[in-house]
Amino acid sequence: MARYLLRRSALLLLSLGLATVVLFILLRMLPGDPANALTAVGATDEQIAAARAAIGSDRPLPEQFTHWTGQLLRGDFGTSFVSSLPVGPEIATRLQVTLPLTAAAFLLAVLVAVPAGFVAAHRRHTWYGSLLSGVSQLGIAVPVFWLGMILVAVLAVNARWFPSGGFPPDGWADPAEAVRSLALPVITVALVMSASLIRYVRSAALDVLGSDYLRTARALGGTFRGAMWRHGLRNASVPVISVLGIELASTLLGAVVVESVFALPGLGSQLTTGISQHDYPVIQGVLFVSTLAVLLIGFAADVVQRIVDPRLRGGLAGGPR
Amino acid sequence: MNTRSVRYALPAATAAVLALTLTACGGTPAGGTASGKHDPGATVSIGSLYEPQNLDNTGGGGQGVTEALHGNVYEGLFRLTDTGKAEPLLAAAHQVSPDGLTYTFTLRDGVTFHSGKKLTSADVKYSLERVIAPASQSARKKNLSVIKTVEAPDPKTVRVTLSQKSISFVYNLSYVWIVNSAAGDLRATADGTGPFRLGKWTRGSSLGLDRATGYWGTAAASKKVVFRYFKDAAALNNALLSNGVDLVTSQQSPDALDRFKNNPAYKVTEGNSTTKLLLAFNDKAKPFTDVKVRRAVAAAVDDKKLLESVWGGHGKLIGSMVPPTDPWYEDLTSTDPYDPALAKKLLAEAGYADGFTFTLQTPSYDPHPTAATFIAAQLADVGIKVKINTITPDEWYTKVYKNKDFDATLQEHVNDRDLVWYGNPDFYWGYNNPQVTRWVDEAERSSTPAEQTELLKKVNRTTAQEAASEWLYLYPQIVVASSRVSGYPLNGLNSQFHAFGIKKS
Repeated sequence: MARYLLRRSALLLLSLGLATVVLFILLRMLPGDPANALTAVGATDEQIAAARAAIGSDRPLPEQFTHWTGQLLRGDFGTSFVSSLPVGPEIATRLQVTLPLTAAAFLLAVLVAVPAGFVAAHRRHTWYGSLLSGVSQLGIAVPVFWLGMILVAVLAVNARWFPSGGFPPDGWADPAEAVRSLALPVITVALVMSASLIRYVRSAALDVLGSDYLRTARALGGTFRGAMWRHGLRNASVPVISVLGIELASTLLGAVVVESVFALPGLGSQLTTGISQHDYPVIQGVLFVSTLAVLLIGFAADVVQRIVDPRLRGGLAGGPR
Repeated sequence: MNTRSVRYALPAATAAVLALTLTACGGTPAGGTASGKHDPGATVSIGSLYEPQNLDNTGGGGQGVTEALHGNVYEGLFRLTDTGKAEPLLAAAHQVSPDGLTYTFTLRDGVTFHSGKKLTSADVKYSLERVIAPASQSARKKNLSVIKTVEAPDPKTVRVTLSQKSISFVYNLSYVWIVNSAAGDLRATADGTGPFRLGKWTRGSSLGLDRATGYWGTAAASKKVVFRYFKDAAALNNALLSNGVDLVTSQQSPDALDRFKNNPAYKVTEGNSTTKLLLAFNDKAKPFTDVKVRRAVAAAVDDKKLLESVWGGHGKLIGSMVPPTDPWYEDLTSTDPYDPALAKKLLAEAGYADGFTFTLQTPSYDPHPTAATFIAAQLADVGIKVKINTITPDEWYTKVYKNKDFDATLQEHVNDRDLVWYGNPDFYWGYNNPQVTRWVDEAERSSTPAEQTELLKKVNRTTAQEAASEWLYLYPQIVVASSRVSGYPLNGLNSQFHAFGIKKS
C-alpha cells in the first residue's frame, strides 16, 4: 500500500505539472488582450504598451510561465491584473463559499441516492421502485441552472422561505444566515447529482442482487440482510465510489453555473469574472486550485476503493483491474 | 466615473465572456415618498450589476466604484446634480481670471476625512495631480490634461492654471474625488470626506457603507447602505422580489417590469438616461463614406418600432447623439424620419439602386442581437443585405474600437456630452468634418456656456443632417424600489448613485 501511495502521489504531481503547462498555454490562446481591460477608451498605443509592460504580458511566454510557477512554489498566486489585489487571499475567501456548497451538496446527494438507489433496485417491481427509477431518469435530464431557477421562483420569490441569491456581506460571521444563503444552491446541486447517483447505485445493486455469491450466501443459510451487509454492500460500493469521485469533481467544476444562478461569490464566479477580463493571474489561480482539487478527489477515490476491495490491492489475480 | 464611453454588458449564464457594463445613472435624491416612519438606524440594500474592480477611480475601478463611492464616500470640489449642472461642494467659492486660465478655489471649512485628518489644499492638489498622472486611468484624464499647474498657497486656497481655456473645467472637476494625500494605496481601502465611510467589502458579493460620524454636511439618512452585486438582471430582480434588496439602481430587463408595476409593494420610476444605442457606420469605409447611403440606412430603420419591441414603450427616440439632459439638446427626430421610399431614392442617387451588402458587428449581449436582427429585416426591405457577425465585448474593443476593422457596428454610449466625439476624426467611427472638429474645439474654448451651447448645437445639427451614425434610441433609466424606501436618485448621469438621502421605513 505504501508503495502504491508513493507511486500514486508521483502520478498526481506529474498530472498537476502537465495541467499547469496546458492551462497556461490555452489561456494565452484566448483571443483578446488583457491590456484592453486596463486602459480607458481612447488610450494611446503607448499607454497600452505601458499597461502590457506593467503586468508583464509583453514578456516571452516561457519567462511568464517560469515566473508564475516560481510564485506558485512559494505559495504566491500573484496579483490580479485588474484589481491589483493579491489573488491568493481572494481564492481563500471564495473557497469559503464553494467548499461548503460542494461538500454539503455531495453529502446530501449521497444520503439520498444510496438508499434510494438500493430501493430502486431491490424493489424494482413495486410502484415506488419504478417511480424512483423514473424520477432519477428525469433528474439526469434536468440542467442545474433550470432547476435552480425553478427553485428560486417557487421557494424564494413566491414562498420567501429562502433568499433568492447572494451571500451575507459578513460571510460566516453569522453562520445561520450563511447556511440559509447556501440552502437552495445545495438542494439544487444535490437533487441533480443524486439523480445520476441513484442510477449508478441501482445498477450496482442489481449486479449484486443477481450475483452468484449472494445466492450462495443465502443458500448457506444467511438472511438477505446479513448477506447484503457481509458481501453485497462492499461489492456494490466499488463502482459507486469511483462514480462518487467523478461526481464530486464535476460538482466542484460545475459551481460556475450554480454560483451564477444564485449570485454566490464563490470560485466559479471568480473564474467567470477573471475570464471576462483576461485577468490571467486570477484564471490561472482558480484553475490551478480546481485542478488540484479534482486530482486529489481522484486520488482519494482510488485509495478508498483499494481499502474497500482487497482485489484491487494487487495481491489477488483476476480482480476487475 | 465611467472609464469607458461605451457600454459592455454582462451576459449571464454563459461562463465565458463578459466585461464591464457602463450605464449612466445618478442624480440628486428624489424618489417617491415611503409610507411609514423613517428609520434612521436602517440598513438599505441596493442591488447592482456593476461590482467595482477595485476602489480607485483612477486605477481602473470601473463603473461600479463610481456608483458606490462617488458622492457617498468621496466628494469633489463640485457635485453634478440631477439636471447635469455642477454645484459647489467642497469648494466654498471660486474665481476665474479674466483670461479664463486661472481658477482660484476656496475650500469649505470644517471638513475632515474619515480618518480624522483635516481637509487642506494639499489634499486637493494631490487629488487633481493624481487624475492627470501618467498612470491614471481616469475617464476624465484627457479633459483635465488642460491643467498646467496646481498650487496650494495656503491651506484653504487652491490655484489651478490651465494651458488653454476650458469651459467644461468646473463641470469636469465634479468627477474628481478629493482623497487624503496621506492615504497611500486606495485600491482596497478608502478615505474620503463624504457622508459614508467604507464598511466591509466582500469581493464578488457586496460592499458596505457606514454612516460617517462628524460629517460636515447633512448626515446620511440611513445608518448603513450595502451594495449587493449580481451577475445578471434576472437574479437581481429575484432578489428584489424576495426582499433580498430594497432597490435596483438600473433596471435592465424590461420583461421583469410587469411584475413590479401594479404591485403596491414596489415603485417603478423612469428618469432620463444618457445611454444611446447606436448603429455606428464606419464613415471612412465604402459605401458609408457617402452621406446619402448613411441617410438611406437611417431612413430605412423604424426606430420607434425597434424601441417598442425592445423596451415595450419605455425610453425615448433621439435624432442625434444628444440626450435631453445635455444643454445643447434639440429635438432632431424629424431629421431622421422613418421613410423607406426616401431610403430607396437616396440609395438610387448614391448609385446603389440594387442595394449592397455589409457586415454588422454585433456585440453578443442584449439588446444588440435583437436590434441587429430587426435592422437586418428592415434594411432587406430596401434591398440592403446585412450579415450579422456576433462578437464578444473584448473582440469588439480590439476589432472595431482599436483596429477600426468594420463596416458598421452596434454599440451603446453611456455618458452625457458624448457629442464631442464627432469632433475627433480618429475616433472609431471615423466621422471627419473639419468644420465640426473646429466647432467642437471652439466650443471648449468658449468664454460663456451660451457660446459653448450655440456651437455644439451646430455640431448637433450637422452630424444629424449628415447621418454621422444612426441613433436608434435613448435607453430608459428605470429604478425599481420597494415602497418602503424613498429618497433615491431617479435620473441617469454618469453612473453615480447618491445613497445618502435614502430612507427606509
